[in-house]
Amino acid sequence: MNLAADHQRPAASTAAAAGTEKALPIAIRQLSKAYGALPVLDGIDLDVRPGEFLTLLGPSGSGKTTLLMAIAGFLRPDRGSIRFDDSEVVRLAPHKREIGMVFQNYALFPHMDVASNVGFPLRLRRVPAGEIARRVEAALEMFHLGGFGRRRIDQLSGGQRQRVALARAIVFEPRIILMDEPLSALDKQLRERMQIELRQLHERLGTTTVYVTHDQREALTMSDRIAVLDRGRIARIDTPRAIYDEPGSRFVAEFIGESSFLDVEVADGICRAAGATVISPRLPPPHGRRCTLVLRPERLRLLATGEGAGMNCFEGRVTGVIYQGDTLLLQAVLDDGSPVTVRQTTRSGDAGAIRPGEPVRIGIAIADTVLLADEPGQVQ
Amino acid sequence: MTAGSIHAAAGPAGDFHAAALRRDHWRERLGLAGLAAPALLLVAVTMLLPVGWLFSLSFLDDGGALSLANYRRMLAEPSYTRTFVTTFEISLATTAICILLGYPLAYFLVFTVTSTRWRNLLYMSVVVPLWVSYLLRAYTWKIILGTDGALNSLLVSTGIVSAPLDIFLYNQTAMVITLVYIFVPFMVMPLFTVLDNIPRRLIEASEDLGVGPFMTFWKEIVPLSLGGVIAGSTMTFCLAFGDFVAPVLAGGPDGTMVANLLQTQFGAALNWPLGSALATLVLVIVLVLLQISSRLDTAGRVELT
Repeated sequence: MNLAADHQRPAASTAAAAGTEKALPIAIRQLSKAYGALPVLDGIDLDVRPGEFLTLLGPSGSGKTTLLMAIAGFLRPDRGSIRFDDSEVVRLAPHKREIGMVFQNYALFPHMDVASNVGFPLRLRRVPAGEIARRVEAALEMFHLGGFGRRRIDQLSGGQRQRVALARAIVFEPRIILMDEPLSALDKQLRERMQIELRQLHERLGTTTVYVTHDQREALTMSDRIAVLDRGRIARIDTPRAIYDEPGSRFVAEFIGESSFLDVEVADGICRAAGATVISPRLPPPHGRRCTLVLRPERLRLLATGEGAGMNCFEGRVTGVIYQGDTLLLQAVLDDGSPVTVRQTTRSGDAGAIRPGEPVRIGIAIADTVLLADEPGQVQ
Repeated sequence: MTAGSIHAAAGPAGDFHAAALRRDHWRERLGLAGLAAPALLLVAVTMLLPVGWLFSLSFLDDGGALSLANYRRMLAEPSYTRTFVTTFEISLATTAICILLGYPLAYFLVFTVTSTRWRNLLYMSVVVPLWVSYLLRAYTWKIILGTDGALNSLLVSTGIVSAPLDIFLYNQTAMVITLVYIFVPFMVMPLFTVLDNIPRRLIEASEDLGVGPFMTFWKEIVPLSLGGVIAGSTMTFCLAFGDFVAPVLAGGPDGTMVANLLQTQFGAALNWPLGSALATLVLVIVLVLLQISSRLDTAGRVELT
């Protein structure tokens, strides 16, 4: 996939350049871990580029946290190699790996105040007291926690605790930062603000970061690249845009974004779905096989009569209209009975324009039409 | 970076450190076992060895030859079986009374006393007697129930009876009273914990669903606190079953319990093999009870999170 084509995300290269001396590549080969006969990591090969923000995304049980724990050293794999730059660390104890980790429930020491928590890694590294005070204060400033040093942990809000945990993870300038669903305990608004803040922090520090989440939107927002995990294997690794636009497999398409799927019949090089011919620029129709059409709700449009040039069009009937403030969700059933969802931006005055029961014509631009081969896990 | 350069350094056999990682795993296990070894050794020396020795002793006859003579004699002698039955009855009565007294108390502490300070104070007042010497606590009832004890003084001074009575002490009732007094904290403690862990939401939900207070108690609180009842009953029963101070202090001629038999065989009668056989039987009974109780407990257990 084309990384350079992504204009929204210049950070990956600049961040790496800014923190060259800190940014380490991680190279993982054949990493495996099984509990009894059940493999949780099934021969993982993964390269994290220097200074990259890589997100491990997957449903629960896909092995994403296990993989992070193996990188951190809390979990001993059965076999495999983990290299930070050119040093092998797979047998190294966690405390010797120089990793800054942010835990899901913060793991702040309740018997220490904020400054002692943040200064903890420095004290243990025998940094002089004056320098500890200076660096702790600088780290707290960075997270808008200046003057909070003497507060007890139970006097802080969830968001503040999260910031203390982040400050503690970066204060000793670790070679790599690992985060295990660090924002999952925060409410939606705070979470979205912290996502941006974490992203900015990463751009400033340029430290190689591996982030675990099961929240696809979070992964899309923050990452340079996303690795989608499925049953202990990496199903797909690419930039957020590439993964979203061309998921490559049904599993990835289902996991990232909300999509409707249509069964496609292929005969004599022509694809048909829900009674209509489908043209796609991406996948040359495999002869005499079935495949699946992915319909992203925001790429679908309601068509007026006469519209539809350069589009694949389907006939159907509206079953429900849901108003969500910024968007209008339109649920429809196509002629073959497949349910489809269309997302539209709302405008004033469009209330009541569409009613359940009405016939409707739905179109998707040919350029946006993505076909997936039906073989599970097969990438285009 | 290519995969090839990594592969080259993966290990001599190209096994991706599998052997080394396995070695690390076992080394860590061994280290942990080493740390636990002193404790395990202590248990082996102070518990397993003596019990094993006692057990083997029970199979020796008077001449020191292997035989089942002790067990045969134990079953043939009616006074022994009678003592076992008596002990069983007394322990059962003690346990039942402990439930009847302990459950309302624990319930009251958890659901009625709303102030944390008062609750802790009252709870401590149940537990604190455990810190007083066991012998002293057993003696207390000898003093209260005795011929010139507190109860008789009260009865005489109020004119209910003209002369002190000797019917209170030295019988099975006095023994049960003493045992209940000594062991009731062991019933209250698990009950308190279990009741305290019942989420108040469940009670609210039950009432919201139209169930009255009594049925809420019967259908919600009782099943959820059953684990505590079982744990408390097991402790109380086993402790009462092995007690020998209460029978000596408060028991009469018909109040001999199994522990007193043991004491006699190992002490006055100096018949260690027979004593060992009796002790083995007691151990088997207690182990069976523990097994039953743990089965019952897991059967009704619900994860409350």
